[in-house]
Formats: sequence, C-alpha cells, structure tokens
Amino acid sequence: MLGLLARRLAAALPTLAGVVVVTFVMTRALPGDPAAYFAGPAATREAVEEIRRQLGLDQPLWVQFGRYLADLARGDLGVSITTGQPVLSDIAQRLPASAELTLLGLLIAAGFGIPMGVAAALRPNSWVDHLCRVVATAGVSLPTFFTGLLLVYVFYYLLGWAPAPLGRLDAFSSPPPHVTGFHLIDSALAGDGETFLAAAAQLVLPALTLGIFALAPIARMTRGAMLAVMSSDFIRAARASGLAGRTIVIRYALRNALLPVVTTLGMVLSFLLGANVLVEKVFAWPGIGSYAVEALIASDYVPVQGFVMTMAALYVALNLLIDLAYQAIDPRVRIEA
Amino acid sequence: MISRRTALKGSSAAALGAATAAPAIHGAAAQARRETLLLISENPPNSTDIHGVGANRPAYEASWNLYDRLMTFGVKKDQNGVDHYDYTRLEPELAESWNLTQTSVTFKLRRDATFHDGTPVTAEDVKWSFDRAVSVGGFPTFQMRAGSLEKPEQFVVVDRHTFRVDFLRADKLTMPDLAVPVPAIYNSGLAKRNATAADPWAMEWLRANPAAGGAFRLERWVPGQEMVFARFDDWKSGRRPALARVIWRIVPQAGNRRALLERGDADISFDLPPKDFQELAAARRLKIVGTPVENAMQYIGMNVTKPPFNDVRVRQAIAYAIPYQRIMDQVTFGTAVPLFGGPAQPADATWPQPSPYVTDLDKAKALLAEAGYPNGFETTFSFDLGLASLNEPISVLVAESLARLGIRVTINKIPGANWRNELLKKEMPLITNTFGGWLNFPDYFFFWAYHGQNAVFNTMSYQNAEMDALIDRSRFTRNEAEYAEAIKGFVSIAFRDVPRIPLFQPKLMVAMRDSIDGYRYWFHRQLDYRVLSKG
Repeated sequence: MLGLLARRLAAALPTLAGVVVVTFVMTRALPGDPAAYFAGPAATREAVEEIRRQLGLDQPLWVQFGRYLADLARGDLGVSITTGQPVLSDIAQRLPASAELTLLGLLIAAGFGIPMGVAAALRPNSWVDHLCRVVATAGVSLPTFFTGLLLVYVFYYLLGWAPAPLGRLDAFSSPPPHVTGFHLIDSALAGDGETFLAAAAQLVLPALTLGIFALAPIARMTRGAMLAVMSSDFIRAARASGLAGRTIVIRYALRNALLPVVTTLGMVLSFLLGANVLVEKVFAWPGIGSYAVEALIASDYVPVQGFVMTMAALYVALNLLIDLAYQAIDPRVRIEA
Repeated sequence: MISRRTALKGSSAAALGAATAAPAIHGAAAQARRETLLLISENPPNSTDIHGVGANRPAYEASWNLYDRLMTFGVKKDQNGVDHYDYTRLEPELAESWNLTQTSVTFKLRRDATFHDGTPVTAEDVKWSFDRAVSVGGFPTFQMRAGSLEKPEQFVVVDRHTFRVDFLRADKLTMPDLAVPVPAIYNSGLAKRNATAADPWAMEWLRANPAAGGAFRLERWVPGQEMVFARFDDWKSGRRPALARVIWRIVPQAGNRRALLERGDADISFDLPPKDFQELAAARRLKIVGTPVENAMQYIGMNVTKPPFNDVRVRQAIAYAIPYQRIMDQVTFGTAVPLFGGPAQPADATWPQPSPYVTDLDKAKALLAEAGYPNGFETTFSFDLGLASLNEPISVLVAESLARLGIRVTINKIPGANWRNELLKKEMPLITNTFGGWLNFPDYFFFWAYHGQNAVFNTMSYQNAEMDALIDRSRFTRNEAEYAEAIKGFVSIAFRDVPRIPLFQPKLMVAMRDSIDGYRYWFHRQLDYRVLSKG
C-alpha cells in the first residue's frame, strides 16, 4: 500500500513540473500588463516602469522563472497584488470555502442522482425513467448562475425564507475558531449551535444550485452502469437462486455499478471545485474559483500560478483517492503506478 | 463590541436566569444594529495603505476613514440639498490652525490627538508620513507632485506640535493637495518598528496593519470578503461619528446588491447599474442620490496624429454624427449631465461645460465630403471592457450612427488589465473613455488631458502651442479676470479643434435605505463613514 502511494506520488512529479512551466509561460503570454494596471489611474510612463521594476517584471523571463522556482522550493507562492495577501494564505482560506460548498453540493447530487439512476435503470422507458431524464437534462442545461439567481430571487427576494446571499456567514455572525476551515465542522467542534445554523443556512441555496447542476452526470452514469449490470449473468443467477430483489439491487448490482459512478463523482468534484466561479459570484462565496478569475482579470500572475498549482496537486490527490476507492469497491482491481 | 451573536447568546443566558431581563438585552441588540452600517460593493479593497503599490479605489475609502489628514474640506449643500464637500474651504482636522505665507505654511497640531494605539500624534509623525508619500514612487508621489510637494526637505519639524511645509513655487494646488487622501498621517513609531532594511517604509506591513489615528479602527479584514471598522472613541479631530461600526461586504453580483438593499439587509451601495438606479428612484423604495462628478467627463477621443482624424473637418464631422440624446436615454438612464448643444462660444469659465455640437448628419456628411471622404472610411473603435456597462452600448450606438456616413467601424473591446497599456501606446484611432481630476480646476483637467506635454490622459496626442500657452497662463496667474479669459480661451479651442468630443458628465450614484442620513459627496467618490448616521 505504502509502496503504491510512493510510486503514484513519484509519477505525479513530472505532471506537476509540467504544470509549473506551462502556467508560468501561459500567464506571461496573456495580453495585459500588470505594471500598467497596478500603476494606478494617474500613471506616467516612468511610473509604470517604476512599478515594473518593483514587481521584478523588468527582468528577463528566465530570471523571473528562476526566482519563481526558488520561492516555490521554499513553499512561498508569492504575494497577490489584488488582495495584498500571500497567495498561500489566500488559498488556505478560500479552498475550505470552496470544498465545503462543493462537497455538500456533490452530496446533494449523489443523494438524489444515484437513487434516481437506480430507479430509472430498474424500469427503463417507464415514466420514472423519463422523469429522471427530464430532471437531469433540465439541471445540466440550466447555467448555474441562472439556477442560482432564480433560487435567490424566489427564496430570498420574494419569499424571504433564505438568508441574504452574503457569503459564508451573515454580516452579524463571526466565523468559528479555525480548525478545518469548514464552518459547519468548526462550529460543531466549538459547540456553537447558532453559528452552525447560520453557516448551514448560507450553504443551502448555493449547494442546491451546484447539486442541481451535478445531478445529471451522476444520475445518467448510474443508470447506464446499472442497466449493464442488471442484464449480466450473475444477476440472472442471483434472481434464479431466488434472492430478494432488494438484496440483488443493493448488494450485488449497485456495488458492481459503482465503479464508473465513483469515477464520475471524482471528475465532477474536481471540476466543480475550480469551475463553480459563477455560483461563487452569485452567492458572494469567497471561493477559490472566483479568486483565480479576479486575479486573471487584473493580470495578477502570482495567484493564477498558485491556483493552477493547487488545482493540479488536488487533481493528483483526488485521482489517487479514486484509485484507492476502486480497490475497496472491487477487490479485482489492481493498480500499477 | 456587541455582535448580534454575542448579544443573542447573552439574551438566552439572561432568559434562563430571569425572563424579564430578556427584552432589555434585545433592545441592546437592536441598538447595536442601529449603530452598525452594512455597506456592500462590487470590488474589495486590496490595502489599507493608500501609498501601497497598486492600492485600488476601495483602498482609498479604507484609508480615508482609518487615517486623518492635517486639513479637510468644508461642506456645502448642492442644488438638490445634498451635502457636498466644498473645495473652496479648508478646515482643521489633525491641525488646529495654520499660518499661510507666500513661501510656506505652518501647522499647529492638536495637542490631545493620539493614534489608535494611544501614542500621541507629533510633528515627527507628520514629517515621516509626508517624506514617505514623496519618496515611495508611484501614485502617492505623483499626487503630491501635483501640488508642488516633491522633496523631503520641504517638510520641517519646528517643534513637537508645529510643522512647516516650505513651498518650491507658488502653486494654488498646494493647499488643497494637502487635504486629499494621499497625505494621510501615519504613526511613524509603530511603522518604523515594523520596517525592515529591505523595506524602510514598512510598505509590506502597513498594507494590512493600519498605523492610523482616524475616526475608525480596523476591527477585521478578510481580503476579498469583508472589512469591519469600529469607531475610535478617543478621536479628537472632529465630531464623534454616529456609527459605532461599519461592516463592508463584497457582493459581486449586481442583481443581488439590489435585492439586498430592497430587502433592507444592506444599508448603502454605490455599485448598481444605471438602469437599476433609475427604476429604484421611480419606485421610491430607497433613497437615491446622484451628484455630478466634478471635473469629469465621458468622451470620444480621436488620434490626431494619424489620418483620417488629423483633419479637423473629419473630427467635426464625427462630432456632428454622435447620437447624443440616444446615448443619454439608452445608456446613462438619466445618471449623467448632458455635455452637448451648448452655446457657440463658452459662456463662463467652468469645466466641464456643454460643447456646441448636436446631432446633425447633413452637416457631418458635408464636412466629410469637404475633407475628401465622401464615401467614408474604415476605422476601429476601442473601449475598456472593465467599464463595459457604459462603454459597450455607447460604442454600438456610435458605430450605428457613423455607418450612415459610410464610416465602417470595427469595435475593439480591450480587457481592463490591458487598457492602460494601450492608452500609453497612443495608437488607437478612436476610443471612448472617461477622465476626472480630484482637484476641481479647469486648468488641472486641461493640463493632463489637452496639454502638449502629451501626458497619458491626452489620449488624442493633441498638441497646440496656442492652447499650451493659455493653459500655462491659467495655472500660474493670480489675476482672476486673466484666469477666466484663459479658461474660456482654451475651452473654445478645445471645441473648435475637437480632438475629444464631450458626451456627458457622469453622476456618482448611491442607493441607501431611507433611514440613512448625512451622506456627503467627496471628490474621491468614496464613502465617508464619519458623517453618516442611521435613524
């Protein structure tokens, strides 16, 4: 097991190295001049050059790259000019916000998607199947910002049931003491029921928005996998042996169908983590996606590089996790590095 | 500080002990809410230090409320009865009084003023702050120079509570320039303790740690999300603010900002689209205030160094082809003052004022034919995508109108990060842009936007010796009649040669709940928490 871990991590190193080079080159190739941007509204040409010198952008590219590598080796991702903070602390603060939201959204999606897919697969072409198809298609074809705005309009603006879309906590609550960065977990650990409820209330609409969007791939994938498994020989044998329908579906069929579903879950999770910028914007959620986009708009290279690095590392870790989950689900799977 | 959470906790504890005590505690929570302002905006501040590299406009607001200046501007009522800062009147802030002579100004500092950490404010702090502003380069140094404040030797500590500024030259901008946000007074002892050899001005540390003595303390800052201010109760430089706390939250989505205001969850915001302001004003559900931004305009600029815009007749033709009224109706939704259809010659020595141009396509066609372009030409119209909500519809309307003259326009949208760089290159033939000066003097605007020194804001690369002479005369004359004559002179040249076509003077719009009082318009276009109150 440990050997496998080590080998997998070693195999990830070239990927990460590639990511370092590509992000460095790509951010520099983008149009936009950070020096001109940050020199402010009243800059003269000299002022811009002065800022360029201060930011170290007057150096040749290879010198900048060398400095970047040296900083990276010390675990220093640099300082963002847009927020004025070290990128590492920015990311450390924003990643849990994104992760908490995304995991909850995924939980909602899986909680509805997997039963929906199973139900649809058990009665293909029935009304259940059609309903499942319509719901999934509608969910994935509505852009997340639209779903989000619609939910805000109905549940906050019209009905007043949901709290104001002001981010992770309403303006008059203060965050729980930092342990994991997940407000739900931290407030539960602190035994602070009120903050827990406040954080949960803020989470409902954005998590629902994400869940609705992520429902489709999970439901469709479950349905497809279940259909394949349900028509296979061992299920026929189980049926012939007179096993209860419940046991067949849950213990035998679903377990075998889970493999592609877990892959999909992993894909959806890593995709949502970085790509739910629009949901973050709608709900003023201080997530990592909106952080990267804001930096990109300001041609602030450093956070963009930090973001891509973090996402690459996460992706590697997540894939590893999925592979390990495979082994747990299906003992026949043997993964080689 | 009583937050709702602690107050509620207190109330439930009280309810356990004695049920009758609960209402009183709830009263205290309501009181805390009444003294707390919830402000929402689109963009977050990136610093609390206005001298910092790349400090953005929201950072100016943080600095303005956290720090004190030596002087501040007085206040007057504008035509709509709204409080408007008065640039003709300087009033004491950290300085109790001052003595202005031809060659210098001597300030007497308040003897009882302290910084937030309790350290008394001395003339040493003022000198350190001013030295820093003129030494660190970039925006603060540039802004100080606009008032002929250039060298540390100009700033003299006379004694512990007396500070003198020696003038390099007679400049009418020197005194007002000492009351803008840049010459803020820093706690030099605290700052120096956090400076390093590589960073002698503590730029790194002061970004997130204000060493200030203004009316508000920084209570919490979560970059990109919120900034929380608490009243500094020992503030001596003005009347005690009515607000005990200001919570500034970032809400990126414009529709949600409106929803928050309408539901009464947020108190005040600048950042709504023009159409929302118009609708909210019509619905009378919120208090909407619009103040014309002084010395500012949205304009169309033409690069006079290249054909076809090097021909004044082509520029005049374009000026007659702009669909002015449609822009007012369909783009600004009444959140601007028109700058067209004025008298043939400037009526007074003010700026901005309406140009004599109106939409007249026949005249435009005739001028274009006379210039040798009877069938039009091809050109590119560029704008800053960062301000797309105004720029995009303007460019579409202009392109549509120019097409009727046979001018084929390609619209070039430039991302915000690249816009300034493109301006610096001075190659774009046709643009729309906005420009405004902090200091409200016509000559200040013209010095940056029309003078032959060709600063970045002279986006047209316009150079005219006659105009330069008039601008220079107006900057340094002390004779009022001569000053007014010079201004009328260069305004009339600006309209005749029309390198830039004025469109409108934008209004600074703000939406607030009815209970908010005391809003004051400032030239820096940020909120002053010290004068606001909640009824």
